[in-house]
Amino acid sequence: MSLDKTGIAKRIAQELQDGWYVNLGIGIPTLVANHIPKGIEVEFQSENGVLGMGPFPYEGEEDPDLINAGKQTITVRPGGVFFDSATSFAMIRGQHVQLTVLGAMEVAQNGDIANWKIPGKMVKGMGGAMDLVASAKNIIVAMMHTNKAGKSKLLKECTLPLTGVNCVKKVVTNLAVLEIKYNKFHLLERAPGVSVDEIIEATEGDLVVPDNVPEMKL
Amino acid sequence: MNKVVKNVEEALDGVKDGMTLMLGGFGLCGIPENAIAQLVKMGVKNLTCISNNAGVDDFGLGLLLQEKQIKKMISSYVGENDEFERQMLSGELEVDLIPQGSLAERCRAGGAGIPAFFTPAGYGTEVAEGKEVRVFNGKPHILETALTADFAFVKAWKGDTEGNLIYKGTARNFNPLMAMAGKITVAEVEELVPAGELDPNEIHTPGIFVQRIFQGEKYEKRIEQRTVRPKP
Repeated sequence: MSLDKTGIAKRIAQELQDGWYVNLGIGIPTLVANHIPKGIEVEFQSENGVLGMGPFPYEGEEDPDLINAGKQTITVRPGGVFFDSATSFAMIRGQHVQLTVLGAMEVAQNGDIANWKIPGKMVKGMGGAMDLVASAKNIIVAMMHTNKAGKSKLLKECTLPLTGVNCVKKVVTNLAVLEIKYNKFHLLERAPGVSVDEIIEATEGDLVVPDNVPEMKL
Repeated sequence: MNKVVKNVEEALDGVKDGMTLMLGGFGLCGIPENAIAQLVKMGVKNLTCISNNAGVDDFGLGLLLQEKQIKKMISSYVGENDEFERQMLSGELEVDLIPQGSLAERCRAGGAGIPAFFTPAGYGTEVAEGKEVRVFNGKPHILETALTADFAFVKAWKGDTEGNLIYKGTARNFNPLMAMAGKITVAEVEELVPAGELDPNEIHTPGIFVQRIFQGEKYEKRIEQRTVRPKP
């Protein structure tokens, strides 16, 4: 069985390390906050200007002056802080944030990522994604392995306008965990019950498959 | 120095067709609601608007888009506005999409007397087209230029008669940066107090950056994505 979105988020949450500041993108990445491993402390940064993001508010306690980058109402944890957008991106560009998790439409085997534009069709803008991918030390892409038409999103080369170049090092999909190095995808783990052949079939880019590919432990 | 103006009409006096405006806010959070309503009322056209987002169809900058008052938008993310997307794809609206951190820093630079700076954001993408590239510490960066505006419209929580401003929560966002970059910066606040009532230690935007200040008549403060969890 391939993973659902929650499963992808759970697997990414295992990558979190104690003391990290983490920026989570919109969509699957947001779910990572629900699965922080026991015994570690991380703080979430949202690029619209908050550090120490807490859970969503209880009904009736929403504050229009307190939102995340996805424009959702949020709360702030004790010790949280607000700041302006230039300070926020100083944290990001200055590599004070240890991990960025974001979604993608395409990832290439050289680490290029495309997630902001489909020419002539969808033009929403890049938001903070270009600043995040250009500077982050650790970038994990959270996405489905294939698009709605069943085509691979892990490619030799991106076909859509790029968000950043040579920046993605790890990808977690509904089928697998992959590392990007030496201009190839390297299969690290497979989702429970998913065969190596299924992953090979769903990956257009060059894929290095070791003899033994362990199942993810969730 | 007293920066107080009587009302929103006086606050926006001098805004003309073809001007470049900055408008603070992230999504609908911390937007200058009263200034936007007055821009609609004045009917000024051919505006270049610098704002992180473009509002939603029936609120925020979406109101100006509906009236076709905007010629060009400079933004980072415009995904919540169907009319925007329609005008952009049909070519009616000129759009310059730039990375959010570069947008923030370009405003800050404009207000801080820094004409341009290098950033890694956007290198190797279409954002970098036509821009100077230089390598620092082994990594390529692109040259981004500062932004300024004829008028900057910002929204704060509290302000005093000197134009000193305090923002609330994530409603701060682009407001302090745009306040610095406006030739004329107009601040609207929820609560206007006499000088001396705000603690100088707590002020976010010093009044030197603000030319006009007024208390907004009303604030809708619409929530774009109301997200809650059930009470235990």
